[in-house]
This record gives sequence, structure tokens and C-alpha cells, in this order.
Amino acid sequence: MTVQIAVALDDRSFAASHWAGAARLADEARLDFVTFDDRFGRPGPDAVLVASYVAPLTRHIGLIPVATTTHTEPFHLSTALATLDYVSHGRAGWQVRVSADPAEADLLGRRAPLGFDELFAEARDAVEVVRRLWDSWAEDAIIKDVPTGRFIDRDRLHYIDFAGAYFAVKGPSIVPRPPQGQPVIAALTHEARVWENLDADVYFVTPSDVDSAAKIVRQLPAGKKVFADLVAFLDPDQETAIRRRGSVTSDAAVFAGTPAQLADLIAGWAPAGIAGVRLRPGTPDDLTAITRDLVPVLRERGLFTPSTATTLRERLGLPVAVNRYSPESAHA
Amino acid sequence: MPKQIILAAHFPGVNNTTVWSDPRSGSQIEFDSFEHLARTAERGKFDFFFLAEGLRLREQRGLIHDLDVVGRPDTLTVLTALAAITTHLGLAGTLNATFHEPYELARQLATLDHLSGGRAAWNVVTSHGGFFGENFRRGGFLDHADRYVRAGEFIEAARTLWDTDGGDFAIDSSQFGIKGRFGVPRSPQGHPVVLQAGDSAAGRDLAARHADAIFSRHHKLEDAQQFYRDVKGRLPAYGRDVDSLKIIPGVSYVLGDTDADAQEKAHYIRRQQVTPQTAILLLEQLWNQDLSSYDPEGPLPAADPVLDEDDTIIKGRAGMFPDRLKTATEWRALAEAKKLSIRDLVIEVTGRQNFIGTPARVAALLDEYVQTDACDGFILVSHLTPGGLDDFVDQVVPLLQERGVFRTEYESTTLRGNLGLRQPEGR
Ligand SMILES: Cc1cc2nc3c(=O)[nH]c(=O)nc-3n(C[C@H](O)[C@H](O)[C@H](O)COP(=O)(O)O)c2cc1C
Repeated sequence: MTVQIAVALDDRSFAASHWAGAARLADEARLDFVTFDDRFGRPGPDAVLVASYVAPLTRHIGLIPVATTTHTEPFHLSTALATLDYVSHGRAGWQVRVSADPAEADLLGRRAPLGFDELFAEARDAVEVVRRLWDSWAEDAIIKDVPTGRFIDRDRLHYIDFAGAYFAVKGPSIVPRPPQGQPVIAALTHEARVWENLDADVYFVTPSDVDSAAKIVRQLPAGKKVFADLVAFLDPDQETAIRRRGSVTSDAAVFAGTPAQLADLIAGWAPAGIAGVRLRPGTPDDLTAITRDLVPVLRERGLFTPSTATTLRERLGLPVAVNRYSPESAHA
Repeated sequence: MPKQIILAAHFPGVNNTTVWSDPRSGSQIEFDSFEHLARTAERGKFDFFFLAEGLRLREQRGLIHDLDVVGRPDTLTVLTALAAITTHLGLAGTLNATFHEPYELARQLATLDHLSGGRAAWNVVTSHGGFFGENFRRGGFLDHADRYVRAGEFIEAARTLWDTDGGDFAIDSSQFGIKGRFGVPRSPQGHPVVLQAGDSAAGRDLAARHADAIFSRHHKLEDAQQFYRDVKGRLPAYGRDVDSLKIIPGVSYVLGDTDADAQEKAHYIRRQQVTPQTAILLLEQLWNQDLSSYDPEGPLPAADPVLDEDDTIIKGRAGMFPDRLKTATEWRALAEAKKLSIRDLVIEVTGRQNFIGTPARVAALLDEYVQTDACDGFILVSHLTPGGLDDFVDQVVPLLQERGVFRTEYESTTLRGNLGLRQPEGR
């Protein structure tokens, strides 16, 4: 049984060389994707821009930045992520987040913090709008028809006319349909009920063992790709790793040990129905240990095989993104 | 030493400049196109790469405008990707102050400044009308005066955030009530370079007060000199010296083996830019009514334009005609005097090509403009994307260098450094 391997980068560096180095390591190890953490209210760069920066410097790896729906404009999010898909030639994704933090609301100053249910209702609307905007241009909308002088066929562009409780968006997008049709949408899910109405493709979950992983997979809607998060401290000897881990706690299970031991653990979790694991390096050095030491072990054991797919959607085995406005989808 | 010329490369995203019907015209959206133009500009030692912004597709007669190139990437995202594959070129994005928020935009611009090693620039525009608003939470509309109030307070807020160096801030102005910690350390330029585009007195004052450079549309020699004097004359009131604000109009050019050859090429390009369909639509923008039944090769309408600035036939484009009646009268007189059809008249009055001739002639003209204080440099808009700058870089740049008015090597790794602008001190 093979699994997919991703890494979560939550470094807060502003150094271009730091991000270029980390992304290249992960790319050269042929990991499936990397996620970039972000929150307005903590120090660190804008994750969508970091992902965009590394896009021309990498070739294979999927790029999934975090962006919150709470204080952002769905229109801006949609165009930024579509652009990330263009600059990466079809390797873009988006990890949706909400912000319940009142201090973050103060940074934007537009409104009082929303309640828990409202945050998620707004996120659902934002995802819906972003997806509609991606669909708002047919793939073949640019016609360059010299006799009639038309660059686009306006009948292949669509107003999305979204009107919800939190915002209304007219459309169409200013960005033509991105290479993947729809970049991959992901969400971190501690409680299935919170996100189950959200139209995500990938869920990051935080099981403590194989049984809890299997239970979470059963609770989530069918057809979703589930990745188990694991914090990893990796060293050639277990004692060093355990010492480095110290008393670190996390929402995800924390592993400290050798690459072979982590490979054992991943092999043990694989039957739970997960698509793969997302490793959160305990420290930046652990990213090097993952790419240099863990990946060869996984490959040797047949647990991990670099994908030959060119887009992130294909790599994850997600279905082709059908355009809701196309005549074909009307018949479907 | 003569004044040094600033050069920037514009990647046109919408309008009828780009001749998309030319077989050499490439994609307007694929990253390869952006990469090609940026690499060409950097090869030519240009100061910066420039992107405009539109947040909704233009409409005319209530329909999406379908004749010009349309469809463009998100400004900051594509500029940040370009930062990875260039080393010295400035990266200037147009981002309007009406549909962005200071904390978010200041953080994004500072991220770009960090990742590019000090090459970020922000062209502040205010956008036009409530049309864009239908795509945003803000919805609705700020009127002209309020848009400039917001833009001024927006720039001040952004500068305050950049000055905190990752520290605390509290801003309480008419437009913004925000506070907290700005999670970004001071970026290489301190403040990304601020450009302004917008031509009214309020716009010029905003520039005189806050901007490092102006993107202007004044490109005829005397008009440009007048604009230059006007804007630079506003600086002392804000305690600024004349070199602290650079004036850079958007201009186009056509090169040929001889001047006559270039003129012929220019004429051909104009006819491709103004197709019969485009001619009618451009005329409608002045007449502010449906003229689809008119023959583009026939005479101008006899009736006057419709004067209703709240309900213009075109949406998503800044008003170009402050006095419709006067302009219409002038156009009619011109068409009669020169016996011009609608299309020929439109070609004549919307002519954008400023610099036409052999490379030597174009180099001499550009130099003359800068030395006679019509401007400090140019944002070059070529009619072909993305290869339209290649000839300029190969043929004109060396001549400017020979004249001693354009760099042969970058002076600095930051855009501020290359533009000769002061580094803000911070607080
Ligand atoms: C040269 C120039 C370029 C402009 N570019 C843009 C642009 O890319 N996007 C935009 O929304 N507005 C753009 N504008 C519009 C201005 O921001 C402003 O809304 C408009 O000019 C009205 O203000 P004014 O009366 O001060 O000129 C541009 C204006 C000028 C003069």
C-alpha cells in the first residue's frame, strides 16, 4: 500500500532564500505537496505570496497556502489562487481557515468578531464564491476571432450572482479559468461536524492512532482525500529525537524517533483509509531529515512512490473539475 | 551630467493597445508571457515592471466588452512569482485603495518587498464608481472626493504599519479604526515605492503629499511640461524637494528602419488597434449612447452626446471626457476639415503613439522629453505582448546609454536605490 507524503511549513521567515531552500528540498524529494501556514495576527509573511514566490523555483510539488475567509475578500482570494495555479502550471491549492481571534478583527477593523457558527457559514459561502468564480470563464472563452473582432466570446463568461448573508459577488472573474479548472481546496478538521458542509477536496485530520484515524475517515463525507497530520522529530537515534521533542504538545500526534520507526508508524496508519500523511517538521532541520532520510526508507519499503502527474488534482487522484456553467455539466 | 531617464515596462492587461490579432501576440495570462517581458526589461536594465489593475470586466451597452484583450492575473501574486526569477527589476503593482484594507495590503506589499530584496512598488489608484463594488463586501460606492480621502488615509496607515517594524500600532482616522501588532519586520526599502495615478487636483495633491512617483497620461510635450510644472510646484507646500517625486507617463513607440517606414508601421498598427467594431465602441464612449447602427466608414452622428455622468454607456473605465459637448464639437470639426470617417477620426483622436521613428530618432526624442522637464522617464507600453519590448531593448537602450542618459549597470539592488529615492527613516 502506498501513501502520499506532504509537509506543512509553518516557519515565519521573511528570507526568500529560506523559502526557496525549503520548497526545493521538498520538490526534489518528490513529496506530493507542501502547505504554508498563515494567520494575519501572528508574525510571518503572506502565505499565498510565499507559495507564488517558490512556484517558478519548483517543478513537481503541489503548493497549498493557508488563507482565511474571515477578513478577506472572496474575489481577491479567487483571483490570487487562480494566479498561483497559472504561475505553478496547475499545482495550486488553498487551505481554508477561519479566524475567531478578536485581535485579528481589530487589525482589519471592519466589524465585530463573528460567532462560531457564523464563521463557518461565512467560510462555506466564501468557498462557494471562489469556486464559482473559477468556473465563470469557460475553458475556451478566449476565441481571438479576427473577422468579428472579438477577443472573447462573452457567452462563455458567466455572472456568478452570489448573494449571501455576509457578502454578494457579481462576477465574472477577471482571471480566465485556471489550469486545473479548480485548484485543490483543503481544510484542517478537528471536528468533522465543523467542516462537513464545506466543499473541500482534502481534509487534514489529527488522529492519535490508527483506530482514531479510521473513525475520522468514516465521519467525513465520502470521496474526500484525508491526510493524517503528524509532528515529526527525526534523528538517527531515538534518544536524540526524544530529547529534542522535549515537552512539545500539539493538536496532532507528536512523533520522535528514527526514520525507520516513522516509516513503521506510517505503514501502520495506512490501512485506516487515509490518502497520506502531512508531516509537520518539529524544527526546520526536520524537513531536511524528512526529505533526506525518511523518503528513501519509505520508497525502499514501497510505501511512497513519486507521482508522475503534472497537476496537483491529478496527483491526488481527484476527479476532473467540471465547469458548472458549461453546457456539458447541464446535461450531467 | 544630464538627467538620467527612468524606464519601466507595462504589461497591458485590458484596452485596445495590444494587437491580439497579430500572430506574434502571445498569451495574456500564461506565466511565460510575464516572464518573457520581465526578463527583457531586466536585460535592458529597466527600473521596473508595471501592472495595471481592474477588478471587474468592462461593460459597454450592458454587455461584457469583448473586443480587447481581457483576462489578467492577480497583481501581487504574479509580481511575487516574478521576484523569484529576476534580481534587480522593480515590481510595481496597481492596487486600489477602495477595495483593499490597509493591514492586509501593507502586509502583502511588505512580503513582496522582503521576498524581492527591496523591489516592491505600489501604484495607488482609487478606481471609478460603484461598478467594481458589486464584487466586494464593501459593495456600493465612495464618491470621488471620499475616494481620495480614503486613499490618503490608506497610504498614511500603510506607512505607519511599515514604520512599526513588527511592533504595535493604533490608527483612528475618518476611514480606518484599526489596532494591534503588525507582524512584519521592516522591509528592505523601509516603505515600498509609492506611485500614484489619477489626474484631478485631488489626485495631484495626493501625489504631491504622499507619492514617490506618478504614472501619468500626459505624453504630448507641452501638455506634459505643464503637468510636470504643476505637480512639482505642489511639492514645496508639503515640505518636499522636486527630486523626491518622479513623473513617468505611459507612452508607446514604433520603431522602423527609416522614419517613413516607422510612420507606415504606426499607421498599420493603429488600424489594427482600432478595428471597425472598436471605432464604434470608442465613439459611443464619448457620445454616451448606442451607436451600433452607424457605419464605421461613414460620418459622425449629427446629434450631441448624452450628458449623464451617473449612467455612462461604459462601465469599469475612468471617465475620459470632462466636457463631452466641447470634445464632440471639436471632433466633428476635425472630421469635416479632414474628410474623415468615424474610424479614421477615432484613429486620429485616440492616437497613442508618441515616439515613432528610427531607433536614433526615438532615443533623441525620449532624451529631449526628459531634459526639457516633460517627465523623468517613461512607462513603455508596447503593442505586442510579450515580445514587443525586445526591439526597444536591443536597439534603443544602447543609444540611450551612448548618450549617457541611461544606466549600463544597476546602481542598486533596491528599486528606491535605482530611482534615486530617499530611504524613509522610520520612527
Ligand atoms: C494614468 C492612469 C492610470 C490609471 N490606472 C488605473 C488602473 O490601473 N486601475 C484603476 O482602477 N484605476 C486606474 N486609474 C484611475 C484613477 O485611479 C482614478 O480613479 C481616476 O483617474 C479618477 O481620478 P482623477 O479624477 O483624480 O483622475 C488610472 C488613472 C490614470 C490617470
